[in-house]
Amino acid sequence: MNELLAGVITGILFGFIMQKAQVIRYDRQLGALRLQDMTIVKFMLTTILIAMVGIYLLLDLGLIKLSIKPLILGGNILGGLIFGIGWGIVGYCPATAMGALGEGRYDSAFGLLGMIMGAGIFAEFYPMLKRTVLTWGDFGKITLPAALGMNHWLVIVILCAAFIGLFVWFEKKGL
Amino acid sequence: MNVFREKKWSPYAAGALAGILLVLSVFFTGKYFGASTTFVRAAGFVEQAVAPDKVAGMDYFIKEKVKVDWQFMFVIGVLLGSLASAWISKEKKAVAVPSMWEGRFGSSRMRRWITAFLGGIVVMFGARLADGCPSGHGLSGLAQIALSGYVSLICFFLGGVIIARMLYGGRKQP
Repeated sequence: MNELLAGVITGILFGFIMQKAQVIRYDRQLGALRLQDMTIVKFMLTTILIAMVGIYLLLDLGLIKLSIKPLILGGNILGGLIFGIGWGIVGYCPATAMGALGEGRYDSAFGLLGMIMGAGIFAEFYPMLKRTVLTWGDFGKITLPAALGMNHWLVIVILCAAFIGLFVWFEKKGL
Repeated sequence: MNVFREKKWSPYAAGALAGILLVLSVFFTGKYFGASTTFVRAAGFVEQAVAPDKVAGMDYFIKEKVKVDWQFMFVIGVLLGSLASAWISKEKKAVAVPSMWEGRFGSSRMRRWITAFLGGIVVMFGARLADGCPSGHGLSGLAQIALSGYVSLICFFLGGVIIARMLYGGRKQP
């Protein structure tokens, strides 16, 4: 199938599902960051749980390839924290900002414009960052099972149990 | 169909569907979800319109290639899918200021919009430095049990929780 057509169809389905789960709202995202409403965490962890099992099944059958991003502690930690600060301010992450605009929450349009500008600013700093932050703690494309030297299914079982434990706790606390 | 007209699906049911969608996407097209690289390409297109020679010589635009690809269409699709969903469940209405924000910072549109713009700059700078966002690192990264995904997602939430506490205070509000 045409790659661009596949992209837009997948995006439409994903946007539809996210709107129905109500995860593309400022109030839900800030609700999670204020530790009051775990809707987006439940959504994300369920997606991850199902996809993790499916992806590793297909991987073991030799039907797909992984596409792992390298672990670079400087970039992942510093960039992650900067992202989090911005996320708490704008109240949308990149994909949910697009979804929010589709839903009529047009404050996200200003967030999206800022994001485009932020990408442009990053591009200006990239040559400098590539020589510094992005060389700090580079461990390459590594997975948790590989780092632990454990069978991936054992890790998957442990993670699934941990996620389900969190779900039970969220429901008990009414989060 | 009634289920499509419902305003809210359980986050677990919706999450499971999104998980299946991710697996199908990887199986049929080899594509993992991600969003933030598209903003680099969008910035590249904007800058190309003004200064094409400059863009052609910039490392980051050479690395990420300024073009419309699978992910660019995926991100546009998210907007369309959300619009369709809200339309079908008759929730389509223009919201200028989120209600939680309004309760804390008042109904000034300008204040919210300027803050959203500035927050957007910070979000994307961080996403590019971390090499991903909650889609690429969060969903796709954790689904592959990538260490980079775990480290990044934990830092996304850590930074977010700290700033949310600064903005809204620690006390639960009524």
